[in-house]
Amino acid sequence: MNKVYPSASAALEGLLQDNMLIAAGGFGLCGIPELLIAAIRDAGVKGLTVASNNAGVDGFGLGQLLETRQVKKMISSYVGENAEFMRQYLSGELELEFNPQGTLAERMRAGGAGIPGFYTKTGVGTVIAEGKEHHDFDGQTYILERGIVADLSIVKAWKADPSGNLVFRKTARNFNVPAATCGKVCVAEVEEVVPLGSLDPDTIHLPGIYVHRIVTGTHEKRIEQRTVRKKEAV
Amino acid sequence: MAGESKGWDRNQMAARAAQELRDGMYVNLGIGIPTLVANYIPEGISVTLQSENGMLGMGPFPFEGEEDPDLINAGKQTITELPQTAYFDSATSFAMIRGGKIAMAILGAMEVSETGDLANWMIPGKLVKGMGGAMDLVAGVGRVVVVMDHTSKHGESKVLKACTLPLTGKAVVNRIITNLGVLDVVPGGLKIVVLADGVTEAELRAATEATILG
Repeated sequence: MNKVYPSASAALEGLLQDNMLIAAGGFGLCGIPELLIAAIRDAGVKGLTVASNNAGVDGFGLGQLLETRQVKKMISSYVGENAEFMRQYLSGELELEFNPQGTLAERMRAGGAGIPGFYTKTGVGTVIAEGKEHHDFDGQTYILERGIVADLSIVKAWKADPSGNLVFRKTARNFNVPAATCGKVCVAEVEEVVPLGSLDPDTIHLPGIYVHRIVTGTHEKRIEQRTVRKKEAV
Repeated sequence: MAGESKGWDRNQMAARAAQELRDGMYVNLGIGIPTLVANYIPEGISVTLQSENGMLGMGPFPFEGEEDPDLINAGKQTITELPQTAYFDSATSFAMIRGGKIAMAILGAMEVSETGDLANWMIPGKLVKGMGGAMDLVAGVGRVVVVMDHTSKHGESKVLKACTLPLTGKAVVNRIITNLGVLDVVPGGLKIVVLADGVTEAELRAATEATILG
């Protein structure tokens, strides 16, 4: 079994269409599928709804798809780092559905696990709960949130084997796991494709059953907030 | 006089908040003054900091040249790992938050009410960036401590009978630490735990719209 494609465009061949729902991994600019986002930009599909915790920054990550007006709606928990996003949102060109971060992650996880909805305390008594079914369990009030099943998932991992088993690195794992599981089709971009048998089966973070296509390439891995401390003088 | 800075400064508020920590706790610190709490963890107390993007055991900022784009905190800042660090995905991260496994969150606030309502994510008419993980944290963790200025720049109380801003959570705050002192949310209103240095009870009461018992 070889799921490896020669380029991001090749890996997306036949999977893209206007008005589709895409789930994207990443947190801020950490662990985002930057090669696949660029390939979606080049493909020119429009009217996209994108479920992603953040919306990238101007000119990088999902910000690239905003600049080309390919995104109709974002489902996100925090979008503060993108001036073009705010301009389009405030002018009514872009729809935005705020989801609490954990609710968004669980909506993806549930969608991928065949669970159409789940009850959570998160957001009870806030604008998030408006219009949602409320239910009491053991004296506490919960709201019903729906699972997300995406037409396509795009994720970024550190290593893959040709069967699609993925290993992530540090906090770049983030939304990539739940996003990958909730797609009808999942394309993963990785820093390195390693031979079958070279990943320890006990340390696979995401089994290949969730991953349909793989592409590798050079990643910029931009840092959003570079914070450092000074070394003590010796 | 309204608007004068009185009582504790930012670092003193963070140091007071650090006294809430107990040995062995798993804790989530919000952005702003709560981040400073990590600088004041009392000697002999070991706490594990959670970063909700998917990490337990958050270390300090890296040395220059050692930044790793794959290692950031929930504020998107570069950080480091510790010997006890564990990484996990976002769904697992919020499962431990929602599941009550995180003992305490220390968060900033725009407004807080006498019934423990918290508003810290949205000002209508202003730029709205989103709630991030704040709604999940206040609904899920064992104890919520807010650290905030007691009054606005114009001297208006931010400790209110009822919040005016959209809520992050309803009846979720346990303890309020401000520049003027520490207050607990109890049935019927707020109870003074301690006054900040140089602040009188009359001054605290005058700066508070919420009901203070006793």
